[in-house]
Amino acid sequence: MPATDHKPRLGVWKFASCDGCQLSLLDCEDELLRVADAVEIAYFPEATRSHIRGTYDLSLVEGSITTAHDAERIQEVRRRSRTLVTIGACATAGGIQALRNFADIDDFLTAVYAHPEYIETLSTSTPISDHVAVDFELRGCPISKTQLLEVVSAFLRGRRPVTPAHSVCLDCKLKGNVCVTVAHGTPCLGPVTHSGCDALCPSYNRGCYGCYGPKENPNAAALSERLDQLGMNPSERLRFYRTFNAWADPFREESERHES
Amino acid sequence: MDDHGVSSVITLDGLQCLLDALARRGYQVVGPRVRDQAIVYDELARVEDLPVGWTDEQDGGHYRLKQRGDHALFGYAVGPHSWKRFLHPPRVGLWQATVVNEDRLHFEPVRDDAPRYAFVGVRACELAAIAIQDRVLMDDNHADPHYRSRREQAFLVALNCSEAGGTCFCDSMNTGPDVKTGYDLVLTELLEEESHGFLIQAGSDEGADILSELPGTPATGAHHRAAREVVERTRSNMGRSMPQTAIPALLMDNLEHPRWDDVAERCLSCANCTMVCPTCFCTTVEDTSDLEGVTAESSRRWDSCFNADFSYIHGGSVRNSTRSRYRQWMTHKLATWVDQFGTSGCVGCGRCITWCPVGIDITEEVRAIQGDSSQGEQT
Ligand code: SF4
Ligand code: SF4
Ligand code: SF4
Ligand code: SF4
Repeated sequence: MPATDHKPRLGVWKFASCDGCQLSLLDCEDELLRVADAVEIAYFPEATRSHIRGTYDLSLVEGSITTAHDAERIQEVRRRSRTLVTIGACATAGGIQALRNFADIDDFLTAVYAHPEYIETLSTSTPISDHVAVDFELRGCPISKTQLLEVVSAFLRGRRPVTPAHSVCLDCKLKGNVCVTVAHGTPCLGPVTHSGCDALCPSYNRGCYGCYGPKENPNAAALSERLDQLGMNPSERLRFYRTFNAWADPFREESERHES
Repeated sequence: MDDHGVSSVITLDGLQCLLDALARRGYQVVGPRVRDQAIVYDELARVEDLPVGWTDEQDGGHYRLKQRGDHALFGYAVGPHSWKRFLHPPRVGLWQATVVNEDRLHFEPVRDDAPRYAFVGVRACELAAIAIQDRVLMDDNHADPHYRSRREQAFLVALNCSEAGGTCFCDSMNTGPDVKTGYDLVLTELLEEESHGFLIQAGSDEGADILSELPGTPATGAHHRAAREVVERTRSNMGRSMPQTAIPALLMDNLEHPRWDDVAERCLSCANCTMVCPTCFCTTVEDTSDLEGVTAESSRRWDSCFNADFSYIHGGSVRNSTRSRYRQWMTHKLATWVDQFGTSGCVGCGRCITWCPVGIDITEEVRAIQGDSSQGEQT
């Protein structure tokens, strides 16, 4: 981040999301005062009521684009932001709400709302990067607060954040976990999933759910063959890939292969 | 087995005395234990902590613990861990830099208090792997201080294998199953109907010292014969074998072989094989700074040639495809390692086969390139 004579201004913006990722920042307890010291928190509806106009040195954007209004609002956020970082699966991949992309939105509306005619929504939930240029994407559902602090620290110094794109398996092995797929026969998305959670689920003998989305260079088709051997039928495999990161290309394509 | 002049036979009580003697000398004793349905390496205090009566069933991408029906303490093959995690730890802090007086940086190495480890149950393939890592990480001119400080203090209680795993092929790599060199003490488990003990031999002065403190009886010719039978039986039970051919030339002459595309279809580029391999030594350095921009930290962690960042240079990654990454792994292990370090980089422990989530088998891949895939299936 270029040196300025004022404290860098931070904006936290919310689009279609559950607020969980923004809360990760509030969850930073010990570090929160240090964050508030390092930056001027200029817009953060979850934490403050102040709405400051002007420009932002660093914008953290949570949530996906699901309405025409939001599609316009993100343009405004982009215009006001020197650096724009998207945080969480909603913002980076469309989130769990992107399940609508696989179905007919009108069916959902009539099933869920008594008066669907009052609802104005797009037929899709799409990541922020489909709408504006994004400087950095921080993955996760929810994001890891350690990684969030790392990203903020990195952007304040103008360096690349350390958030590697390797598999969850690598972290599993660093921790000395016993592989749940090999030793227990448990289906696990770790081999195709982006690092970031410190292999949380495998550390508790659960298979990875893919919260951090696809790793770089994933081979979901090969993993699916293994899932098949482990006894997952096509509709289970489809649902395995179709969760928080359902609309991320490699997971979307793989889930579509299992549609019947 | 190079006998340091001393050998004797000890009982299970004698083995406990060995664990106690090591602890008394200030060693942190590490050995096989059951955790999360596998045999891992962890701290050990009592003989009962060992995986008594357990064995493992191993195949490509498959590992299951099984009851043996006897009380063997070492009746299984190697598991997901190797001694690498102790000698060449997954993460090591390197240095910290702090800004003092506006623009002066103060650098401070991260203190590395290397524990004194005693490893119990180090198999022949693992001794071979340690010898390989010694060549890579303790070369006179380029020694890694973190590895060296751990390695030089380590006490190795080796083990002649009494059980070969379904993915073992040390015999065809000439690294086992019998222990030949590089240990302080070596055990052979002698388990018969009416008796259960260990032939124990010293391979170093310290080993001989400790051995002299243990309650035991002198080993007879019969004991030595029984121990030889144990390893010969193990040798005849190898789950896999590496084709006996000039592998470096075979691979380097076939860098465009269609099999690389075939394996790339199956490989997840997940890096598990490189993580579990006891000889893979690659690391990356991660540099971070804090929120205030006052302190920076540098640390090291295991890395793998299966990651894009691994071959990242100005302009991008050199190895983008899984094909090129798998080829890098296999040619390094089996071919270019020989040019670099004078031996193969593979000791035939089988970990990369068992712990590959999709069961890719390095011996089968060699066989396929050799054009002899009919023998690929071996159990
Ligand atoms: S448990 Fe899952 S994430 Fe961990 S190594 Fe196995 S497949 Fe990979
Ligand atoms: S390449 Fe595989 S079999 Fe060879 S030493 Fe490494 S993990 Fe063991
Ligand atoms: S095979 Fe890959 S990870 Fe292993 S030592 Fe060679 S380059 Fe490093
Ligand atoms: S060979 Fe197996 S363990 Fe190694 S990267 Fe490929 S899928 Fe992962």
